[in-house]
Amino acid sequence: MSTDTPPQDQPGADERRQPSWRGVAQVDDDEAAERERSVRFSGGSAALLRELLAPYRRAIWLLIGVVVVENAARLSIPYLVKEGIDTGIPPIRTDDNLTPLTIVVCLVLVAAVTQAVARNFFLVRSGLLGQNVLYEVRRRVFRHFQVLSPAFHDDYTSGRVISRQTSDVDAIYEMLETGFDGLITAALTLVGTAGILLFLDLKLGLVALACGPFLFLLTNWFRRASSASYRITREKVALVIVHFVESMGGVQAVQAFRREPRNQEIFDDVNDQYRRANLHAFRLVAFFMPGIKLIGNVTIAVVLLYGGYLAYNGDVTVGVLAASLLYLRQFFEPMMEISQFYNTFQSASAALDKLAGVLREEPGVPEPEEPHRLQETHGEVSFDAVRFSYTEGRDVIPGLDLTVPAGQTIALVGTTGAGKTTLAKLATRFYDPVEGTVRLDGVDLRRLTADDLRERVVMVTQENYLFSGTIADNIRFGRPEASMAEVERAATALGAHDFIMALPDGYQTDVANRGGRLSAGQRQLVAFARAFLADPAVLILDEATSSLDVPSERLVQQALQTVLSGRTAVIIAHRLSTVEIADRVLVMEHGRIVEDGSPAELIGSGEGRFADLHDAWLESLA
Amino acid sequence: MATDLGPDPDSNPPAGVHSLWRLRGYLKPHRLALTIMLLTSLAGVGLTIAIPLVTKAIIDGPITNRDLSAVLPLGLLALGLGVLEAALIFWRRWVQSNAVLGVETAMRHDLYERLQELPMGFHSRWQSGQLLSRATTDLSGIRRFFGFGMLFLLINIVQVIVVTIVLLNMYWPLGLVVGAAAVPIVALSMRFEKRYVVISRQVQDEQGDLATHAEEGAVGIRVIKSFGRGEHVSLQYEEAADKLRDTSMVKVRLAAKFWTFLEIIPNLAVAVVLLLGSIGVGRGSLTPGELVAFITLLLSLVWPVSSLGVILAMAQEAMTSAARILEIFDTEPSIVGGSEVIAEPRGHLRFEHVDFAFPDAPDELVLRDVNLDLAPGETIALVGATGSGKTVLTSLVPRLYDVTAGRVTLDGTDVRELDLKHLRSLVATAFEEPTLFSMSARENVTLGRSEASDADIDEALDIAQAGFVRDLPWGLDTRIGEQGMALSGGQRQRLALVRAVLARPKVLVLDDTLSALDVHTEKLVEDALQSVLGSTTGLVVAHRASTVLLADRVALLQDGTITHVGDHRVLLAEVPAYRELLAADAELSELDEAVTA
Repeated sequence: MSTDTPPQDQPGADERRQPSWRGVAQVDDDEAAERERSVRFSGGSAALLRELLAPYRRAIWLLIGVVVVENAARLSIPYLVKEGIDTGIPPIRTDDNLTPLTIVVCLVLVAAVTQAVARNFFLVRSGLLGQNVLYEVRRRVFRHFQVLSPAFHDDYTSGRVISRQTSDVDAIYEMLETGFDGLITAALTLVGTAGILLFLDLKLGLVALACGPFLFLLTNWFRRASSASYRITREKVALVIVHFVESMGGVQAVQAFRREPRNQEIFDDVNDQYRRANLHAFRLVAFFMPGIKLIGNVTIAVVLLYGGYLAYNGDVTVGVLAASLLYLRQFFEPMMEISQFYNTFQSASAALDKLAGVLREEPGVPEPEEPHRLQETHGEVSFDAVRFSYTEGRDVIPGLDLTVPAGQTIALVGTTGAGKTTLAKLATRFYDPVEGTVRLDGVDLRRLTADDLRERVVMVTQENYLFSGTIADNIRFGRPEASMAEVERAATALGAHDFIMALPDGYQTDVANRGGRLSAGQRQLVAFARAFLADPAVLILDEATSSLDVPSERLVQQALQTVLSGRTAVIIAHRLSTVEIADRVLVMEHGRIVEDGSPAELIGSGEGRFADLHDAWLESLA
Repeated sequence: MATDLGPDPDSNPPAGVHSLWRLRGYLKPHRLALTIMLLTSLAGVGLTIAIPLVTKAIIDGPITNRDLSAVLPLGLLALGLGVLEAALIFWRRWVQSNAVLGVETAMRHDLYERLQELPMGFHSRWQSGQLLSRATTDLSGIRRFFGFGMLFLLINIVQVIVVTIVLLNMYWPLGLVVGAAAVPIVALSMRFEKRYVVISRQVQDEQGDLATHAEEGAVGIRVIKSFGRGEHVSLQYEEAADKLRDTSMVKVRLAAKFWTFLEIIPNLAVAVVLLLGSIGVGRGSLTPGELVAFITLLLSLVWPVSSLGVILAMAQEAMTSAARILEIFDTEPSIVGGSEVIAEPRGHLRFEHVDFAFPDAPDELVLRDVNLDLAPGETIALVGATGSGKTVLTSLVPRLYDVTAGRVTLDGTDVRELDLKHLRSLVATAFEEPTLFSMSARENVTLGRSEASDADIDEALDIAQAGFVRDLPWGLDTRIGEQGMALSGGQRQRLALVRAVLARPKVLVLDDTLSALDVHTEKLVEDALQSVLGSTTGLVVAHRASTVLLADRVALLQDGTITHVGDHRVLLAEVPAYRELLAADAELSELDEAVTA
């Protein structure tokens, strides 16, 4: 083969060749899974497939029956042609008797119609089955992702969550759409044709089927070579896509730093790698397709020669020879398809495996089996001997006792990594403590349903994600039944009303379109309005005001004091200005509370960490 | 207005044969290959017809006339023709692989090149996904048409015509039957393809909607969880999935109907041919060999005829794709560099009567009559309320956007007259939302100066307090970004700062770069930055008093114009609006009073 084909015998060789700009990273689980693929549906994927198909057992048997009928009808036609020639023609010659021929032609018509009806039935029913299975997969996977804890999502990254639900589901769709129908038809065609060839004339049939081993070898070679090459092609196209999307998404930085020539260089490189991978794949086909054709044509020529000889001796009829030739044509047609299904099955199997893996994930914070129904909420949050670690042996919170009485506003202060955000995540049950208990109004959070808890405890973070839809929809996200007046009231309280009204369609402005130009601060205000409208008993703000300017921040604080007066609030901030409205300040360090008191007390003491921080801050303002 | 804006990402440009014709330049280098492809295909058609004719000769000659001597030569002829056919297919495919991939790769190269030249005004309206579908789906559609569709459109028509002539010649009544059978197939295929394209697009759109839901469910998961809205988004998702299922079923039914017809018509033709042909053979007007050849040839026509619909649809799609690509090729970059180069840049930056409006909203002035003078080496802090136009103002300096009126000058030269690369080498920005690429940390920080030495990098890492990079598993070679190590907001901002400092600019723009840092780190970064800013002209967007202190003077931006420039303390004392923005002091003193009281 030519020299510019990529090396593909060693899976690892590729990594080592990688240019340095890519940098080093751990091998992606997905990529690894992709590599180890075989076409067999093994373990998780087999179980998942069985489970998904279980409700359709009867439908599947029916479909199999129908497809057998369809193929029998289809394969009978060349045989009927032979019958027409051998038994229909002689009576016409002798006494112009058309009856035998008419019977055969009628049978052809019956076969043609049967095949058509069966085919249509099969396509529609198997399509419906496929779509139902697909719907079920989508539904399950989406719901499961929603149930899984934020801890899982932190690790798994949104990119992978999305690709599970798009490209993996598509791979299954591909298999259901083309794979099943094609594979069954191809298999039945192969077996049926071979049987009929032997039945028509044993000797001629054996000669025709002598091509079998060659076909097998060629197909087997192609299957292996193309599955390796398919994998490489997918890796290469992924490189092209990542580089393309990132450089377009970050075009501002690209242009500002004159990165274009280097980017072009890198892009040309990945683009060329992709071309070479494709070229290799195309060339495999360039060998395989004519290879099948060659075997087919040689077989036909041999059958013609041998059959001609047999016919000359009167051992076979012209009809048998004609039918054998027609069947031979059909015999070679599905070969090409069978080898292409292989790739389809392979990626579907990998996809099923990954999806089964996701569905096997247990939610880190399970729903209670016997939930405790909260009646009235006061908003008292307490931590009782809480220990927590993200990874075994490295406690982020070694042991914490804390009670936040209902209605108190507390500020959490401390350096990065002190455990402030972890505390907030425990209070919202994004995580469960390793030891100890977190309680809301005296009830263990683990005994509350997610719905009950989320209605009462809401967290606003720096991450101010807006969903597609209007500004009003976004503000209403936590309480969809809220009236327009309530929405406006929440926005007004936060000082967001004015800029919203300045948008082209006011509250009805689509976030995805013109709203795309909302600044980070404006998005943050919308996120606040969302939280305020939800009217929780406990509100947790995790660095939520960092992208606001001081006047906006002050409005948020005022709103906290007015709109949410009487609610419990936990404010995490690295800006001390946020601390001003707190009733109580907690200074955290290494997962422990090292200072606890009112702001005035802590500053007044003149020493201690908060006082130091405060001094440093004062200095920075001077 | 439309001409200024360039193409609209959501509309489909008018497509036609002319769109593909305009891309013909890409085929030129592959003329020889295309000629070979055409000739081998035509020869292939000849062979497809010849092989059944040899069969006929064997049946009618040696078998009917009992002449054994002719079997061997005819059999060998069939063998030779068969081998030749396979060889021709191989040759065509081999040549074709190289040519069509060459075309595709060249187009992708040009597309990327053009996209990098197009200014922010273009990119802010086009999501990278929309551009990606052009670089992948559209380009492979065009590739398929050039390599396959275009060729077979011609070849299939030739094959249908030639075979029909052969058949008519062999036994005209049957030839007519075959010709008559071809008509409904072609008509049906074309009608089907039209409807199929419509429904396929609908399915695609709904798949896109579903993907959007999936994306929101993934990216917004923490918000969804915070508000306990999992059930709500799940129901929305299921509704969309259900709709997609229904539409897909319409598509399945349509396709099922079509494929069924496609199979039944040739079979019916076989029945008719068998009936009339056998009568013909019985009555002596047709030989048995001819009947067999006839049926074989008839069946060989099924694919060329039925695929015409598919190929025409492919052509249609390729035209649309070509138009979508050309739309981008036709968009001229509106920001092009001049030819001036500043021999000895000092970093004297001036805004003179600058107006600015976004290209897609020309009536809303975001900046009005901005005047500001930054002496070489001076640092000015830009203070203003959320949405007052600070970021836009900074983006005018490296010409990510161009002014609508007025001018920005660097050392007395209008930035629009400067060579673009030169200008951007003089100005470096650390953006508020730092973009990291899925590449090594080194590649990420040396974005603006690829030749930076390790010592340079070390120095910049120290200034930005980004020493954490050295602790990554593979140090500077660790891949970061979406596909590598995840970094926190503060870490990302510090890397953006490293990037800007490392570029050694004459003008350094910091767009609220330190917002995600804690007080302690911010202080360290600011102290280190002092040394850099001492010799560099600086434009610093600030929300906090602490950041303002990096600057020599402060400019207050209100409603798109600069209302006050001066010393921080003076502004604080004299300008109420400024106090309002950076008033933490005032309240703090109240707090202090409370403490002391």
